[in-house]
Order: sequence, then C-alpha cells, then structure tokens
Amino acid sequence: MTFTLDAALAARRFDVSLSLAPGETVAVLGPNGAGKSTLLSVISGLLRPDTGRAEVNGRVLFELGPGVHTWTAPHRRGTALLAQDPLLFPHLSALENVAFGPRSAGMPKREARESARHWLAEVDAADLADRRPGELSGGQAQRVAAARALAVDPEVLLLDEPLSALDIHAAPLLRRLLKRVLAGRRAIIVTHDVLDAYMLADRVIVMEEGRITEDGPTREVLRRPRSRFAAGLAGLNLVPGTVTSAGIRTAEGLEFAGQHDAPLVAGQAGVAAFPPSAVSVFLGEAHGSPRNSFRVTVTDLEPHGDQIRIRAGDLSADVTPAASADLGLAPGLEVYFVVKAAAVSIYPS
Amino acid sequence: MKRRRDTTYTGIPRWVAAIAAVGALFVLLPLAAMLGRVNWPQFIPLITSESSLTALGLSLRTAAASTVLCVLFGVPLALVLARGDFPGKRLLRSFVLLPLVLPPVVGGIALLYAFGRQGLLGQGLEVAGLRIAFTTTAVILAQTFVALPFLVVSLEGALRSAGSRYEAVAATLGARPTTVLRRVTLPLVLPGLASGAVLSFARSLGEFGATLTFAGSLPGVTRTLPLEIYLQRETDADAAVALSLLLVVVAVVVVGLSYRGPAPAGSGGRSARVGTPGRVPA
Repeated sequence: MTFTLDAALAARRFDVSLSLAPGETVAVLGPNGAGKSTLLSVISGLLRPDTGRAEVNGRVLFELGPGVHTWTAPHRRGTALLAQDPLLFPHLSALENVAFGPRSAGMPKREARESARHWLAEVDAADLADRRPGELSGGQAQRVAAARALAVDPEVLLLDEPLSALDIHAAPLLRRLLKRVLAGRRAIIVTHDVLDAYMLADRVIVMEEGRITEDGPTREVLRRPRSRFAAGLAGLNLVPGTVTSAGIRTAEGLEFAGQHDAPLVAGQAGVAAFPPSAVSVFLGEAHGSPRNSFRVTVTDLEPHGDQIRIRAGDLSADVTPAASADLGLAPGLEVYFVVKAAAVSIYPS
Repeated sequence: MKRRRDTTYTGIPRWVAAIAAVGALFVLLPLAAMLGRVNWPQFIPLITSESSLTALGLSLRTAAASTVLCVLFGVPLALVLARGDFPGKRLLRSFVLLPLVLPPVVGGIALLYAFGRQGLLGQGLEVAGLRIAFTTTAVILAQTFVALPFLVVSLEGALRSAGSRYEAVAATLGARPTTVLRRVTLPLVLPGLASGAVLSFARSLGEFGATLTFAGSLPGVTRTLPLEIYLQRETDADAAVALSLLLVVVAVVVVGLSYRGPAPAGSGGRSARVGTPGRVPA
C-alpha cells in the first residue's frame, strides 16, 4: 500500500527515487531549479521520464526502460495537482469546478454536485458555491482549488507551492486548512517555506540539482541539517569537513572545535553546525579556549529581526545594530568570527 | 455612459495617429465613393430582382455550409498545430495557411485538378456517380479552401494564449482527453472560435476567383453574389453598385455583430490567469 517512484530524466538532470507510506505527507524543499516541480510533473504524468518506475498501491503508473514501456495516462493516475495558481476553470462556477473531477470519473450530475458541496464545506467555502472564479479573491480561489483536488480523492495529492501566491493574510488560513485536510492523506508538497514543512509534513526531502540530498523526519532534518540548503532553512551555519578528535577539519585546513553529539570516528565525513546568534564578531583575533576564531571578509549586511545579520560567504553572524555600528562593519571589511566550541554541534554527514 | 477620455496614458505618438487616420480613410473612401454612385430610386427593385435574390440566397447558403466545414476541419487542425508536437508541424502549418497568400484562381485550378472530372479524386468520384466540379458542392469546397486558414489562424492564436495549464489540471483531475476538449478547451477558446468562424463566413461570402475557376457561373447553382456583381457590371452598372452595397451591408452586419477582435488570452473578457491578480485577503 505504498507509493514508490524511481525516475531519471537526463534533459533536466533529474534522478530521484522516493517512497511514501499511506497517509504520509512529505515536504519537498530545495532551491529554484532543483527539480521540485519536475518531480510533481513526473508523478502526475505530465512529463515522461527517460527511465524509471512508479507504482501506487500495486498499480503501475509507469515503467520505462530497455524493453519495458508501460505508461498510465495522467487522467488514470489518481494524482490530483494543486498548483501555486488555483487554475479554476473560468467558465464554471466554484461548485462546477469542484464537481468536475467526480463528473469526469463518471459520477451522475446530482451526486457530483452533492460531493462538491461537501468538499466546499470542508474548506469553509460553502458560501462561494455559485461564484465564478473571477469573483473570488486569491485565497478563496485557492480554497476552492483545494476542494476540487480533494474531491477526486487522490491516491497521492500533489501540491506545488500552494501558498506562495497568497498574501500575508490568506496564507496562514489556507495553511491551517491544509493541515486539517492533509491529516492522514498521502501528499507531496513542494514549498519554499520551512513553516509549511513544520506544519504540514511528517517528512522532509531536500532536492538539489535534480537529486535528493536529504531525506528524513522534519524535526530531524531541521535540527541537524546535512545540506547547506537545509541549514539555510533551519537558520544554521554549516561547515562540512572531516571529523577529528576535537571537532572537524575543513578542506581548507581550518579546525573547528565542537560538541560531538554521537560517537564519531575520526576521519569520517561530518559537518559542524552552529547558529548565527552564537557567533561574535571582532576586528582583531580573539583568544581563549575553547573557542573557534577565523578570519572572514564581510560580504553583506541585512536586517534580521532586531539584529543585523553579517554575511561572510556561506557563514553568517547576528550582532546588535549598536555593535555593528561600533565595529564599523561594511562589505569588504576583514573581521574575525568567533564561536564557542560549546555552541558547535558536530555530526556525521 | 460617459466616454472615457485621456484617463490612461496610451503612448501613441501624434504622427502615428495621423498615419492611422490616412489608412482608415484609404479604406473608407472607396466605400463612400461607391455609396455616392448608388441609384437610390431604383435601389430596392435592383436588389430584389430575381437574379439578385437567387445569387444572394446561394451566397448565404454556401457561405454557411463552408463555415460549417471550416469549423469541422479547422478545429482539429488548430488543436494539432497549437498543442501537438510532431515532425513536420511547421510544414503542415505553412500548407494550411497557403490559401491566405495564394491567388484564389490558383486555388480554383488546384481544386479542379483534384476534384474535377479529370482530377486526382474526381475520376474515382465520377465512377461512383459523384460529380463535384461546376456544382454547388464545388462552390462550397472552393469557399472552404480559401476560408479555412482564417479559422485555423484565429483559433490557434486563441489556443496558444489560453495555454495548456487548464488542460493539464483537468487531466490530473481524471478527465479523459475528449472530456478535457469538450468541457475545458473549447469553452475557453469559444470567443476565438466564434471570431474565426465569422471571419471564415465573411471570406466565403466574398470568394470569387476560386469559385469561378472551379465551379463556373451557372445561375442558381454556382453564381454567387460576387459573380453576379461582376457579370452585372458589364451590362448594368447600377445593379452592380446596388448589389455591392448589399454585400458590404451583409459583411458589416455579420462582422460587426460577432467579431470582437483578437480575443485577449483566448477567453474574451475572462482572464486566463484567474485568481493571481487579485491578492485580496480571503
């Protein structure tokens, strides 16, 4: 009763294998162009991979390879898609939009409308039934689109950044609603927002350059990110290197002292992770142990809550505006980032 | 209703507007000149003469039949050209659009060699007891030949600007391709289809060269209004002018009533991207 996917598409440098348990919701995170939308297109049948196999509940969605060529058309897959743009059919009312899926499956008109009313009520949109899509706000339209996708009772519900086109007021409401309707439903949600992953997903997948670089329970991935992208989402600095007895040594030979939070073998690949708030900034080299001090060049300054975030390449530090002014921080300035060993977690990558 | 003037910036330089005015005059002036030559006292008798009414009736009937054929063949062609992905697509489009630039008389000759008695298909049809050349069927075929590209161009444009995203969503909701076509694609491009059909009708109504070559000029059978006008011009200029005016009126009424210009985003007044512009709190 699982969903499995194994697909490669050379033209998009896409190569992914993935499986979902029944009722499991997975968030797919990753930078632009990482292949997140390609993943959904391949699953829904809108894009044909070169090779691979996908199956849901024992039913083959596609099997492509030397000598095998099985292909299930998109309309027979049971994979409803909710995109960033609601894409409600403009010539149909909200109710008819929601009834479209059940009608296409051969349900009699009356029953389909009944079902559509149920799903509209489920997304708190019962009063919008007779409206045309042109008369709906962005948030209302997306709720109706969610009802339309749910009304076909998909085996896998695919959500492609469903909240990113919504304004700051409509998004939280729809996020709560999705949390409610996604409970116990198998879904894949592509998102840019770590909050979506926290609230909606049981599991997180990070995709980079067409491949899955991280896969694990949401809390675990965000607490101990292994990819730079996940570290960025979790708001952590991440330094990859080789594990040593005291911490980690980077490829450039920089030593990081830190806390090993699992028994580690010296020489294995690992990462050092620490929050920007644990980093102090000095103009001169600071000593005293156990500390890590390393020279960096400031690349950017940006507001971050009530702090100033100092970026130096891939690393960042948070300082108060007053401290930033005292130090005269500006892009191009050479400074020392200092972080206590106690604030650095070392774990295998 | 108050006329909206000068409310939004249009960015049209004055000299462009001036040239546009000259262009409009160039179209209107000949029509006005013709209007000046109409023999008004005799106008009604001239256009209600038996030969005139016969020609008008034939024109309207054959143009309507041609429009039906254009829709029948043009919709699948436009769909294939707009959505399909196959080798030779550009070539196919070039050939379908060829009658737009081809002199109609050349089209007539080509039709004759296809469907004429000695023609490619004509010989076989002759054996089967079907004669096409110099019949009303030939008029309809000639008009369809020249009018088809108008429907294809108009509809393909509408399909392209509507995009295929609605169709993709409909498919993931479980709709078979035929259901998608019937319930999503065609309703979305209906304005484009309507204006294409109107253009085809108007083009069919005005067809002369291909009809004369392929169908001849038999009164009541193949002599459509444009042919009647051309023949009358030789003998009775007043009748030709009166019938010309009639044709102008019919064309203006048909086009004015139903042609709304290139449909934006393929769906008339309805935006193809519903929902995104209005970021109103839910």
